[in-house]
Amino acid sequence: MLSFALKRLLTTIPVLWIAITACFFILRLAPGGPFDGERPLPEAVKRNLEAHYNLDKSLIEQYFIYLGNLLQGDLGPSFINQDFSVSEQLLIGLPYTLIVGGLAFALSIIVGVLAGIAGSLYRNRLPDVALGAFILAGLVIPNFLVAPILQLVFGLQLKWLPVGGWGEGAVTHLVLPVTVLALPHVARISRLTRGAMIEVMHSNYIRTARSKGLSDMRLLMRHAIKPALTPVVSYLGPAASYLLTGSLVVETIFGLPGIGRYFINAALNRDYGMVLGTVVFYMLLIIVLNLIVDIVYAWLDPRVRH
Amino acid sequence: MLIQSRRSLSEGRKGFVSRVLLVLSVTLGSTLAALTAQAAVLNIHNGADPSSLDPHKITGDWENRIVGDMFEGLVTEDSSAEPMPGQATSWTLSEDALVYTFTLREGIHWSDGTPVTANDFVFAFQRLMNPATGADYAYLQYPIKNAEAINAGDIADVSQLGVVAIDDNTLEITLESPTAYFIGALTHYTAYPLPQHTLEEHGDDWVKVDNIVTNGPYRPIEWVPGSHVSTEKNPEYYDMESLTIDGAKFFVLEDESAALKRYRAGEFHIMTEFPTDQFEWMQENLPGQAQVAPFAGLYYYVMNNSEPPFDNADVRKALSMSVNREVIGPQILGTGEIPAYSWVPPGMANYGDPYEVDWKDMPYGDKVAMAKELLDGAGYTSDNPLELQLRYNTNENHKRIAVAIAAMWKPLGIDVELYNTETKVHYDELSRGVLDVARAGWLADYNDADNFLNLLKSTVQYNYGRYNNTGFDALIDEANTLTDIEARAALLKQAEKLAMDESAAIPIYYYLSRNVVSPKVSGFENNAFDVHRTRWLSLSE
Repeated sequence: MLSFALKRLLTTIPVLWIAITACFFILRLAPGGPFDGERPLPEAVKRNLEAHYNLDKSLIEQYFIYLGNLLQGDLGPSFINQDFSVSEQLLIGLPYTLIVGGLAFALSIIVGVLAGIAGSLYRNRLPDVALGAFILAGLVIPNFLVAPILQLVFGLQLKWLPVGGWGEGAVTHLVLPVTVLALPHVARISRLTRGAMIEVMHSNYIRTARSKGLSDMRLLMRHAIKPALTPVVSYLGPAASYLLTGSLVVETIFGLPGIGRYFINAALNRDYGMVLGTVVFYMLLIIVLNLIVDIVYAWLDPRVRH
Repeated sequence: MLIQSRRSLSEGRKGFVSRVLLVLSVTLGSTLAALTAQAAVLNIHNGADPSSLDPHKITGDWENRIVGDMFEGLVTEDSSAEPMPGQATSWTLSEDALVYTFTLREGIHWSDGTPVTANDFVFAFQRLMNPATGADYAYLQYPIKNAEAINAGDIADVSQLGVVAIDDNTLEITLESPTAYFIGALTHYTAYPLPQHTLEEHGDDWVKVDNIVTNGPYRPIEWVPGSHVSTEKNPEYYDMESLTIDGAKFFVLEDESAALKRYRAGEFHIMTEFPTDQFEWMQENLPGQAQVAPFAGLYYYVMNNSEPPFDNADVRKALSMSVNREVIGPQILGTGEIPAYSWVPPGMANYGDPYEVDWKDMPYGDKVAMAKELLDGAGYTSDNPLELQLRYNTNENHKRIAVAIAAMWKPLGIDVELYNTETKVHYDELSRGVLDVARAGWLADYNDADNFLNLLKSTVQYNYGRYNNTGFDALIDEANTLTDIEARAALLKQAEKLAMDESAAIPIYYYLSRNVVSPKVSGFENNAFDVHRTRWLSLSE
């Protein structure tokens, strides 16, 4: 298992390098720079700023300086948010993104799997149809629509929950953003579980087990769940990265200080350091998450290991 | 006995539990009482994330709100943003109107207890002008002697700057030429003193919340990027006693609809911007809370004066005349922006009424007819239509206006291609002169007509339309050498007339400031600069 994990890790290094290189150059091809604004700066000031950020050097030189710093773990300065370096900003924002994303991830798995199993057991009966409708809604209504509606209903009409903000991490402040973030994944996971469960429950070995007189519960817990979860697990890698990178809308609408917002803001402001920093950071995160998924997958399905 | 002991045990338990509950409720009650008693924290929806707390590294009004609560210049803003004595109690001006001598207030201190001296001002002004600092807004203090030359790198020795400490309490500022608005410009954050001792100790990190010391009414205690900056009273501030608000929390939230919901839920006391399409709803449902007021700013279109067909004044006039400004504020934006027929917004100090174009009061039908004639005269007819590209930076309101104006130009036979880019690209291309017609806007940095007229000077980089009239330039230059306020205003107005008669650009509307203010907040006075320091506000339950 260890050599399997190591091998997977090594193959990600070229991927990471290609992504950084592509991102670095594409970013510079975009017109406009970090110091363009409504009012052009005096030449001397602009020259000094550019020298400070190495922007006066050739693009290739800048690229190697960046790679060199990166190898030493230095993501460099932020061009726009000048009081914090890129690493500092990412470290400040990370806990918020992780808490909201992690809770949404857990919620998606628990509710999604339970709903999927329930759906498969009551196939085409009322619980299944009701769940199906709910899931369809979760899939098709985008979260920038769900969020304001929930804010209106639970924040302004019922006054049960705060409309937004972090509120020192109070549970009440987390309910809405976590729910909004989890909804589409709850939907997808429950669809996957339901489908896989129906398939497994109709397979020969289950029929054999049933003919041996095993109870439904025991059948479900001992024999059906593990194989039925394999497609779900393969979805968890992408789901985890969606939850962490896709928190932009939720963070913006609920005013949470996570790092999802940096992606867009930094790109619009041509904050080269911050954009690259976020890309590198998310790449690493996604690589690690995918690795974990692969390992879990290998554990669930011995064929993968060999 | 056994039973009794059991009973006493349970009684004892009950007693314990109730005692705990009692203690808890008392503690809770007193904590709550304490919390509400010290809850004079103003929650402000502030918009974007500040880029820094360093007064030399900021550019936006959202940063000004925070930093302006923390630092104070020689002169500061009163409740309606008019200049009043700040760190200086008085000043004198020499006969030739070139040398100001400021006397600093007795016993002023930085928040760490170190005295604020004239040297802190000298240090700050030199740092501001030093090109190595990279201060965007340094040019605001260019009236100071040698400032522009130092900032442009022509003079390397920053001590040549016309700011000198006579002694710890006396500061002398020498100007290039008499400048009527200079005292007003000193309220700006580019004129704040900086704690030399802290900068020398911490270098660039001086601005971290743990290191920073301030001399204004408040000081920062927490900054979570993407969330908020919190401040508390600065115990060393000379007017600490009269501050009724204990601190402010400036929230980052760019989604204005979400901000409005949080305001309605009582999570914000003040919103510094609101979604314009909600204005009508707010007027009905939150009466008196959504406030719009004239704001010293101009929304305008530039035309590329350096290239045909826009080098033809008749074509420019036709385009300008046929913009029906009266419908833009009330109907297209819905917030009632005031139509602009002059270049300088009304109400600028020492200027009087701005010059308005002579066709302002013509009925709109006549304007269109005349515009058509002008275009015909320039050779643009239905067989040979005028084609142009109208650029704007991506934004819902800019789009609405561009679509409306394209429709207004259509009856004249003008083919308009709408072209939008994100803000960075928009201004990058504008400053390189890549445009036919383009949207731009300007908010006054200081209270003087010259701030707007400068936008049309041929030597200025942000004259995006490349309007080039040596007569105009000469009038502005000459006006700025005069000490007599009325004579100066007369020359500036002559320049404005020249540019407007030639239709140098198309003024569209004067900006309005948009705030939503909770009835709990008092002391909020609308003003042309939209500056409302927390110092002058108070909060009731």
